[in-house]
Amino acid sequence: MGRFLLVTIQVDMHDRLALALQDDLTQMISDTEARGVLIDISSLEIVDSFIGRMLGNIAAMSRVLDAETVVVGMQPAVAITLVELGMSLAGVRTALNVDAGMELLKSAVNGNKQGYGASLQ
Amino acid sequence: MSALPQNPVGLAISTLLARDEQTILNDWLKAMSEGTRRADLIKESDLRSQCAQFLKLLRQASETGGTNFKAPAWGPVREMLAEVSRSRALQGFSPLDTATFVFSFKRPLFARFQQEYKGQPDALAAEMWAATELLDDMGLYTTEVYQKSREEVIGRQQEELLELSTPVVKLWDGIVALPLIGTLDSARTQVVMESLLQAIVQTNSRVAIIDITGVPTVDTVVAQHLLKTVTAARLMGADCIISGVRPQIAQTIVHLGINLLEVATKATLAAAFSTAMQRLGLQVVRETPKG
Repeated sequence: MGRFLLVTIQVDMHDRLALALQDDLTQMISDTEARGVLIDISSLEIVDSFIGRMLGNIAAMSRVLDAETVVVGMQPAVAITLVELGMSLAGVRTALNVDAGMELLKSAVNGNKQGYGASLQ
Repeated sequence: MSALPQNPVGLAISTLLARDEQTILNDWLKAMSEGTRRADLIKESDLRSQCAQFLKLLRQASETGGTNFKAPAWGPVREMLAEVSRSRALQGFSPLDTATFVFSFKRPLFARFQQEYKGQPDALAAEMWAATELLDDMGLYTTEVYQKSREEVIGRQQEELLELSTPVVKLWDGIVALPLIGTLDSARTQVVMESLLQAIVQTNSRVAIIDITGVPTVDTVVAQHLLKTVTAARLMGADCIISGVRPQIAQTIVHLGINLLEVATKATLAAAFSTAMQRLGLQVVRETPKG
């Protein structure tokens, strides 16, 4: 109980791969009773609205399974693209890198509302 | 009515100038009104050599090029006029002055035509019309060149302004500040977002303070741009605090019904910095005096 899952996205995601990720991840959260999920997208150079929605969905699904999600390592160009697409990924916690992400995840899981990093409402 | 000869004005002008260039030059200078001459901006001798060169190039081009100012034969004249337009702009002439300089040549030229075509009203009319068209094209060309060079200057200055006005400074480990001066349009927002996000990555920052003391007005468009920037920073894991909100700005924001969501806003940079330190769990402690 109380494990953290680390997901590193290293290839450009196409739709079916993203859906497979959703399935696998939710299954794994449930199997391991994980309390936190860290999604590392530092290798992701191209995003579209589908990926943006997928990240939001994963965060929401995880919360339903009582796990917190933090997305880390977003590249500046990706952030600008998402903002231009009008996606703010509300409800998804973010951090600059894996270290910061782990800190945020720990404090979020421990119910500490004054976590570091950013939280979008 | 029979078709006009191939290049009536071309030959007429070049013949006249080949015959009498000096006299025509003197007539032209004499005919130039005080307003066109602008003795305050250009010396007599410089003006004379400008006019002389214009006439020389005019003679050469009109020998071969007909009256279509866009033809390649008129290239040297175009270059000379462009150079005159630019140098006169630097000297302080208005574009009107430079165009009028060209138009003022009509008077001595038409006076000559009247002498040459006495008793031939049709030929005279044809020559005068073609010459008018040619000189009008030339005058307008000088104005066009003037406009273009102004636009180049403005474009360059805009680029420089963009670069100069978006510095991102590190206030502390993990805290960066972005003082915005001037208004925030969409082009600038792009630059601002890129600078800020790069700085966040480089300094590993978790808090970004956007100071808008130098932003004159905040309307719905500017607010949108600010929110975009804030959202982009948050996607990268940095919280934003907007500081430097002046009382008038606060009023405008409420009157316009702008919803700043949950963005923290502070009146001063100091307050924002203090909040940022708290968020990072840092404290400033006053040294106790020893002894």
